[in-house]
Amino acid sequence: MREQNQKLALQFKNVDFHYKNDAGGIPILKNMNLSVADGEFVSIIGASGSGKSTIFRLIVGLEEQTGGSIYLNEKRVTDRSGKVGYMPQQDLLMPWRTVQQNAALPLELHKESRLGRRAVPDLLEAFGLKGYEDKYPHELSGGMRQRVSFLRATLSGSNVLLLDEPFSALDAMTRLFMQEWLLEQWEEQQSTILFITHDISEALFLSDRIFVITDTPFTTLKEIEVPLERPRRQQDSDKKEVMKLKNNLLEQFRMRV
Amino acid sequence: MKNYLYSIILITVFLMIWEAGARFVHASFILPAPTEIAIKLWELKAELLLYHLPVTLAVIAIGLGISLVLGVILAISMNISETLEKAIYPILITSQTIPIIALAPIFVLWFGYSIWSKVIVTIIITFFPITVSTFDGFRSTSKELKELFQTLGASKRQLFFKLEVPSALPSFFSGLKVAVPMSVIGAAIGEWLGAQAGLGYFSRRMMTQFNGAGVFAPIVVLSLIGILLFITVVLLEKYILKWRRS
Repeated sequence: MREQNQKLALQFKNVDFHYKNDAGGIPILKNMNLSVADGEFVSIIGASGSGKSTIFRLIVGLEEQTGGSIYLNEKRVTDRSGKVGYMPQQDLLMPWRTVQQNAALPLELHKESRLGRRAVPDLLEAFGLKGYEDKYPHELSGGMRQRVSFLRATLSGSNVLLLDEPFSALDAMTRLFMQEWLLEQWEEQQSTILFITHDISEALFLSDRIFVITDTPFTTLKEIEVPLERPRRQQDSDKKEVMKLKNNLLEQFRMRV
Repeated sequence: MKNYLYSIILITVFLMIWEAGARFVHASFILPAPTEIAIKLWELKAELLLYHLPVTLAVIAIGLGISLVLGVILAISMNISETLEKAIYPILITSQTIPIIALAPIFVLWFGYSIWSKVIVTIIITFFPITVSTFDGFRSTSKELKELFQTLGASKRQLFFKLEVPSALPSFFSGLKVAVPMSVIGAAIGEWLGAQAGLGYFSRRMMTQFNGAGVFAPIVVLSLIGILLFITVVLLEKYILKWRRS
C-alpha cells in the first residue's frame, strides 16, 4: 500500500457557489468543506446534474467560487488556471496534432525548462505510446486516445490530477484494463487523483475514498472509505465487503432516480 | 486518373455532339466547332499567352491577394469583437447583392483603363467567400478545447495561434476553393467592360469582329487558368492539412 503523508493536496474551505443567471442563481455548493491528502485517490460519484463537474470547474479555475476559499498544496490560490492537470470527459485531442504534439501541449504553453521536454519520450513509452508518437488522434483506438489525454494532464506538471469520467466512452473491456493501467500510473507518479464517475464499481475499484453527492445544494459530501488493499486487481472487486458497499450505494441512488 | 474517367467520357461525347452540330449549322461566327476553336487557339498562341495572359494573371494575382488579406482581417476582427461582427456582417451580405456588372463601368470611370478597375471587380467577387468561411471556421472552434486551453493557463495569443487558427484552416481552404475560380470570372468581367489588353478584352474584341472561334479561344485559356489555380489550392490544402489524410 502506498504511503500517504498528512500534507493536503486540495482543500475547500466554506466554499459557496451558484451559477449566475437572471433569478440570482441556484446555489450548488453551500459552505462546503472538502480535503484530499497528497497522494490520495478520491472519487466523486453522483447522479448527472448533481454538481460533480462544478467542483472540477472550480478547481481548474473555469468558475470562481462566490464565497470561501480553495487551497492547492496548502496554499490559497486565487488564479488556478494552469495549476492542476485536467483530463476531460472526451479525450479532446486536437486532430491536427500528432500524439507527441498533443501530449506536450502544456510544456509548449508554459515554455517549460528543457528537462520537461526531455521527459516526454520516456513518458510516451511508459504510457504505451511508443511507436505512435507521430500518429494522429484519428488513427488511435479509444483507449490510446485516453492515454494521450492522461499524459497531457500529467505533463501539466501538477501533482493534482482531475479526471472527469475519462473512461465513460470506452467499451466495457477496454475500460477494465484502463482502470488497472491508471492505478499503475498513479502509483508510479505519486500523484493525487480526483476522479469523477457515475459508475459505482469503477469508483470502488479505484479509490481510497469516495465522496457521494446526493443532494444539491450540498454542504458536506458523504464519505466512504474503500476497504481494499493495494495493489488491486479487478478480481478484488468481488470481495464480500465491497459487494456490500456497492449494494448500499446502489440503494441510495435508487431512491433519487 | 480513374476518378476522372467518367467526366472525360462525358466531355468527349459533349464535344462530339457540339462538333457535329456546328458543322450542320455551318455558321462559325455564332457557333464555332471545337476543332475550329482549337485551331484558332494554336494560331493565336503567341499573342494570347505572351501578351494577354500576363495582363489577366496580374489582375487575378493582385485581386486574389488583396481579397485574402482583406477577408482574413475581416474574419479575425469579427471573431474578436461581437460589435464588429454586428457592424460588418450585414454590410458583407449587402455587398454581394450589388450587381457588379452594372457597377463596373463606374469603376472604369474612376480608375480609367488601369489595372485597378479590374482588380476592384475581382476583389468584390472573391473576398466574400473567403471572409465568411474563415469566420465560420473561427466560430467552429470547440468550446471544450478552449476551456482546456484555459485550464492549462494559455494566453489569448496562444489560444489564437495554437487553437483558433488551426481550427479555422479547413473552412478557410473551402472558401479559397470557391474564391479562386471566381477570381478568373472577376478578372474576365473587368476586362470585358473596359481594358486595352487581357484575355477578357481579347474575347470581346473578337466578338465585335464576328470571329466566333476567336471569342472562344481566350475563354478556353481562362478556364484552364481557373482549373490550374484550383488544383494548386487543393494541393496546398492537402499539404497543410495533412492530418486529414487517410
